[in-house]
Amino acid sequence: MIRVEGVSKSFGEQKVLDAVDVNFETGKVNFIIGRSGSGKSVLTKCIVGLLEVDEGRVLFDDRNFTVMSHHERKSIRKEIGMLFQGSALFDSMTVEQNVGFPLTMFSDMSADERAERIDFCLRRVQLDGAHKKYPAEISGGMQKRVGIARAIAMNPKYLFCDEPNSGLDPQTAIVIDNLIREITYEYGITTVVVSHDMNSVIEIGDRINFVNAGRIWWRGDKDDILHTSNEELNSFVYASDFMRVVRQNLK
Amino acid sequence: MSVFNHIGQFFLLLRAAFRRPEQWRLFLRLTLLEIDKIGVQSVGIVALLSLFMGAVICIQTAAQIESGWIPVYTVGYTVRQTMILEFSPTIIPVIMAGKVGSNIASEIGTMRITEQIDALDIMGVNSAGYLILPKIVAAVFIFPFLIIGSMFLGIAAGGMIGELSNIIPLADYEVGIQFDFRPFQVAYALIKTVVFAFIIVSVSAYCGYYTRGGALEVGHSSTQAVVYSIVLIMVSNLLITQLLLI
Repeated sequence: MIRVEGVSKSFGEQKVLDAVDVNFETGKVNFIIGRSGSGKSVLTKCIVGLLEVDEGRVLFDDRNFTVMSHHERKSIRKEIGMLFQGSALFDSMTVEQNVGFPLTMFSDMSADERAERIDFCLRRVQLDGAHKKYPAEISGGMQKRVGIARAIAMNPKYLFCDEPNSGLDPQTAIVIDNLIREITYEYGITTVVVSHDMNSVIEIGDRINFVNAGRIWWRGDKDDILHTSNEELNSFVYASDFMRVVRQNLK
Repeated sequence: MSVFNHIGQFFLLLRAAFRRPEQWRLFLRLTLLEIDKIGVQSVGIVALLSLFMGAVICIQTAAQIESGWIPVYTVGYTVRQTMILEFSPTIIPVIMAGKVGSNIASEIGTMRITEQIDALDIMGVNSAGYLILPKIVAAVFIFPFLIIGSMFLGIAAGGMIGELSNIIPLADYEVGIQFDFRPFQVAYALIKTVVFAFIIVSVSAYCGYYTRGGALEVGHSSTQAVVYSIVLIMVSNLLITQLLLI
């Protein structure tokens, strides 16, 4: 479980996060949703340590990540896998080198064991045969899948996904969503997905946290979110015509 | 951000870059790749520039010497001194700042804006060490070889153009290039080269590493890298010359 307690973060005069408290449960797909600029990406960056928090603390299974030194954080970082919005694959490396990169850096595996693990991860994301291709030679959906394969290469305990479906067509988006859900349940990891895609939320969200004005405005599960009376959340969830039709049908 | 902030941030980045590499074998492999990128792939441009510089210095010096009182071997002497003291160790690094510096800044800058550096950091990899240290080691190692090659080519080109255009006989040119030779001046030139190599890579890497924004900012970082590198090369050139030659 990841616990975020009273985390605040400001950039100059602007307070982006204001004493945020939130828990992300193990073995569940936990969503952080909210409008653009609401602070959800900053919250994620604070959790994984890309940004230092001004106040509060972040605990990974009761280990206080916030007070750890750069060196101490390494042990937790090795347990974190992250899928970035733009995939963040290394351009100069092939698909297999990308997936094998964390193994090369941090594992004692032999070359054969590493190759076997890379094969397993690529098979797991249905990307057999793309080993020798460079990121520029594969589609956006395939890049996301390589990103997932790289994220799970080290058997992470925590998986972070930043806008995993941005720029993907609806069918590919569902494939990525399903992969995230399957991997979460299969390995019992704590998954945190940052998104404003309501399809994904309804599709795979177990726990949903709505961030607004730098605070957790609402939390619940996907059944609750469709019947909430929270005005801010309603205007976010039912912003599209499609979702308004869904609401009509629900009524 | 103030100049002092930049200086502080620059030294913090260097401190991170000089941490012990996580994997020595990988570090060695990356350093060899960088030697190829920074050094071997620059041989052509360095050779071309050196040949033309040596030839032009020879013609220009000969054109200045009209008095019969000045011995003709002075042309060879001047070409040697100019190439060894200034043109090879300073002008070539300035050109390299344009070629290598902009490349490093844009490569690292693009990695920053596409979150590749964030990906390294989240994995627990020391991104500064992984990306910057092999480049620094490679440049500091390979630059002296490039500059020694440049000196030889420039001096040879001077002799060749002098002979071919009947400016100075080769025998006199040879006398000139051997006249009053002080080996320390080559050492001075190589010390400068190593310092300039360090400046080019570290400053360019700094500009790239702290790029914020998009493609426009990557271009801006690349330009900044070249400008700052050249300015620092010129300032340190003056300091090193003052310290070592006087």
